[in-house]
Amino acid sequence: MIYNLPFMTVIALIAIGMYAILFRRNLIKIAIGITIVESGVNLFLITLGYRKGGIAPIFTNLPPGTTPEEIPGKMVLPVPQALTLTSIVIGVAVLALILSLAIQIYRNYGTLNAEKVRRLKE
Amino acid sequence: MKKIFFIAFVVFFIFMFYSAYEIRDFGNPPSQMDDRIIGKYNSTTGEWEYGAVNETGANNAVTSVVFDYRGYDTLGEATVLFTAIAGVMMLFRRVKNE
Amino acid sequence: MNEERMSVIVQTIASILFPIILIFSFYIIMHGHLTPGGGFQGGAVGASAVALLIVAFGARYVENKMREENLSAFESVGGLVFVIVSILGIFVATTFLTNFLVGEPLFGIIPKWGVSPLNSGGVLPILNIAVGMKVIGGLASVVLMLAIASKEGEK
Repeated sequence: MIYNLPFMTVIALIAIGMYAILFRRNLIKIAIGITIVESGVNLFLITLGYRKGGIAPIFTNLPPGTTPEEIPGKMVLPVPQALTLTSIVIGVAVLALILSLAIQIYRNYGTLNAEKVRRLKE
Repeated sequence: MKKIFFIAFVVFFIFMFYSAYEIRDFGNPPSQMDDRIIGKYNSTTGEWEYGAVNETGANNAVTSVVFDYRGYDTLGEATVLFTAIAGVMMLFRRVKNE
Repeated sequence: MNEERMSVIVQTIASILFPIILIFSFYIIMHGHLTPGGGFQGGAVGASAVALLIVAFGARYVENKMREENLSAFESVGGLVFVIVSILGIFVATTFLTNFLVGEPLFGIIPKWGVSPLNSGGVLPILNIAVGMKVIGGLASVVLMLAIASKEGEK
């Protein structure tokens, strides 16, 4: 299906992030790659829960003309959105930890290159 | 060695693109569980028959899922946040006090 | 100390915008069970207000004004409220994390179609406030510590 373009966008994001993680040596670039992979996973969850022509699963200020009879078939799925919410906060926490570790590594070794850090180890 | 890694990377993501092409249709999810959560409103009696608003009283179905149906998830997520922040504090508190 | 501040224009605009952003974050947290938003999003907005202060006034100044220990204590209070409300579910109702306030007159109004009362949702507003406190305190202290550490590293 050519209409699966959002899924391919997800795979493209994950590929870009994995390339940065696997083939770059700078720790900051690796952190950016991890963040891009996280964005891809979040987009994947949201894409899984999308329903064609759906509105947000919130009953406050519904669009005018929405009747109760058509409601379960007209809203996007709430569970993937909730999981994405959890995943975003965990991503922020992990990113903060990664960056502070990178700062400490730079302070101790004087470099951010992953291979040089490995070589300097006693 | 790096070349082998790169070839494996490309082959893997070609496979992933193919599976994204063959996955189920976009915009048409299987939704029994989520329809149960979104609920059903009976407009003749003016009551909710089932669903998130009837069970949690919140108009926002996403908040109902986050804090009620999957509250353990949120508790674990809060623990992860707390642990990560404690790690950052552990790394930097000595720097701050100098 | 002085060279890490930005210009007077930025400082004035930041001190005007800071309470507005905080009020917006409290609005998002309080209406988490009615409108898009909730504890996480409102907490992130509040932490961005602290980040704005750090950018405008410098990390050391903000650290002297609001101690980082206070922010950590704020975060821990949020987590404690979450756990206490969850454990209350065992004693008041049946299991951990039961929504025991649904149906009660205080917070438990079950909204009809098309209306959205603020005092609905059972324990969800309380949990939203707890998570909002947690996220504000946690992210603000992380941003503060990272700013201080990167300043120290330059010397």
